[in-house]
Amino acid sequence: MAVMTYRDALNMALREEMRRDGRVFLIGEEIGLYDGAYKVTQGLLKEFGPQRVVDTPIAESGFTGVGIGAAMVGLRPVVEMMTFNFALLALDQIVNSAAKMCYMSGGQFNVPIVIRGPGGPAAQLAAQHSQSMETYFYHVPGLKVVRPTTPMDAKGLLKAAIRDDNPVIFIESETLYHVKGEVPEDPEFLIPLGKALVRREGTDVTVIAYMGMMYRAMEAAEDLEKEGISVELVDPRTLRPMDTETIINSVRKTHRCVVVEAGAGFAGMGSEIGAFVTEQAFDDLDAPVERVTGANAPMPYARNLEKLKTPSKDRIVAAIRRVCNVNGS
Amino acid sequence: MAKTLTRSGTSSGLGVDAAVARQLLGDMLLIRRFEEKAAEAYALGKIGGFLHLYIGEEAVAVGTTSMLRPDDYAISAYREHGHCLAKGSDPKRVMAELFGRRDGLSKGKGGSMHLFDKGTNFLGGHAIVGAHLPIAVGVGFAIKYRGGDQVIVCYFGDGAVPEGEFHEAMNLAALWKLPVLFLCENNRYAMGTSTDRALAQTEIWKFAETYGVPGERVDGMDVLAIRDAVGRAVARARTEKTPSLIEADTYRFRGHSMRDPAGAVYRTREEVEREKLRDPIVLFREKVVSAGVLSEADARAVEKDVNDRIDEAVAYADASPEPPGEWLFTDIYKES
Repeated sequence: MAVMTYRDALNMALREEMRRDGRVFLIGEEIGLYDGAYKVTQGLLKEFGPQRVVDTPIAESGFTGVGIGAAMVGLRPVVEMMTFNFALLALDQIVNSAAKMCYMSGGQFNVPIVIRGPGGPAAQLAAQHSQSMETYFYHVPGLKVVRPTTPMDAKGLLKAAIRDDNPVIFIESETLYHVKGEVPEDPEFLIPLGKALVRREGTDVTVIAYMGMMYRAMEAAEDLEKEGISVELVDPRTLRPMDTETIINSVRKTHRCVVVEAGAGFAGMGSEIGAFVTEQAFDDLDAPVERVTGANAPMPYARNLEKLKTPSKDRIVAAIRRVCNVNGS
Repeated sequence: MAKTLTRSGTSSGLGVDAAVARQLLGDMLLIRRFEEKAAEAYALGKIGGFLHLYIGEEAVAVGTTSMLRPDDYAISAYREHGHCLAKGSDPKRVMAELFGRRDGLSKGKGGSMHLFDKGTNFLGGHAIVGAHLPIAVGVGFAIKYRGGDQVIVCYFGDGAVPEGEFHEAMNLAALWKLPVLFLCENNRYAMGTSTDRALAQTEIWKFAETYGVPGERVDGMDVLAIRDAVGRAVARARTEKTPSLIEADTYRFRGHSMRDPAGAVYRTREEVEREKLRDPIVLFREKVVSAGVLSEADARAVEKDVNDRIDEAVAYADASPEPPGEWLFTDIYKES
């Protein structure tokens, strides 16, 4: 194990996979000469050269399509979206081409591509640069969608995504790039896609969260521990396909469920988790599933408004108290 | 189909010998008869959804493919039966796909607009206008990445030219010097919108100059002229990794799809009848017979052979079962 930042863990994953497999190449804006807008690809141009670290003009649909075409005939592209907000310019390529190629060709052409970059709330970047983008992708059959919370997950999941034979949407976070954590140096360290993780064991309530919201939920859990409420934290890690089994098993144990998500709540991740928990574990629930979500508003710029947009620790604590039927002190 | 046909010296002056002439005529006729049968099957309810016929444009696919090697790639939009057949797909399996049957190229899951054939390097069958152009550039990227000398031909209509992806793809292919042949089949109408209602620059081949690549316009009803133009572009792509843009001046004799059978709202009947005088199959047949490259009996034998193959294709598609219900959930992901 080494302690490193989330950013360096991603860099390590890319470097290891490029060393391991000559078919893996990187393509995107400012990833080479500039060393990456967020420095995730730092030093890779130097090691692998311009053939495998391909700087593109600003043409998201174009270079995503390039990745898809290259993947159809056997390469393993890793496409960087400078931020995932820009992926909407490539949404048709991702949804109509990458996700459906295998199906509409009757299994003849799969698309082993990773589309990665930061998404989710960032610091005062306002409406167009600070939004949770996973909702646009996890609805689509044929895509896999990953949101890695820790440096260890960032490495293990990115490596698994690159080795996967299908299109993987891999959304990181500007606000987590500097977070440090333990990361295995083993180049064969992989975390399988589609497996959730119980990050904290507890007995009274299951809280499901990922990315920045997991860190906030962890703080809430620690506060509540002092009041005698035992919170189990489950991180889905892969949103599609989702490990419903781990979540259901946890809910069956705790009988209560709170979902925390940064994005606007309407038809969000919490809606889906709330639905399948209710369908599959209704008799085990002692309280309705609670959702703590981002406000149903675009992201504002002003610091105070921005703070109101995203779920706070206090809101998470309040929701947990409600499902546990405990009034605040 | 899908044999590489090269120029060979003949006394006819046409630049093709009997074998090549037979192949070109047969391939064009195969597409024509295939689609005539498909139209009948559509009327009978055996084919559903959208069915976009290529009738009138056969010379482009056949002339182009005749200058390719089997290991070259081709990719197209939704009017792609002809490109797929020309590249060498079995008409039986193409027809079965149109019928939505399990022996179709895509197991009945793709349909008319999503024909794919890994065995012939035919990469689809893409029904969002413009979207397959960047994909073609990606295939060109992969060819260069691996140090190969294949090319990819990317067929698209005049309707894709106003899309941003046409321009992104042209720019990237030119910028990175990739072996992509952009082949625009200008049939003058994007659905019902004529090029002069859609494009500030209606001479599509001129966009090549913007991106600094060779471009030319060719008579899309003359299979031999297409062979010449494509031959030059393919040679450049193989040896110099240079993309090219060819605009083939062609015309679809049928409507946009089977739901636009007359195609008479946005164009006149007189125009359609006038264009039918340029029928690429009729013209080529006359040319090779009058030049003595093929005899009338040779041409009839080609026609007979094609008719037999199409009858077989329809019978095969009719006999193929529907895909089993559990296939709804297969091929969503490739299992490693």
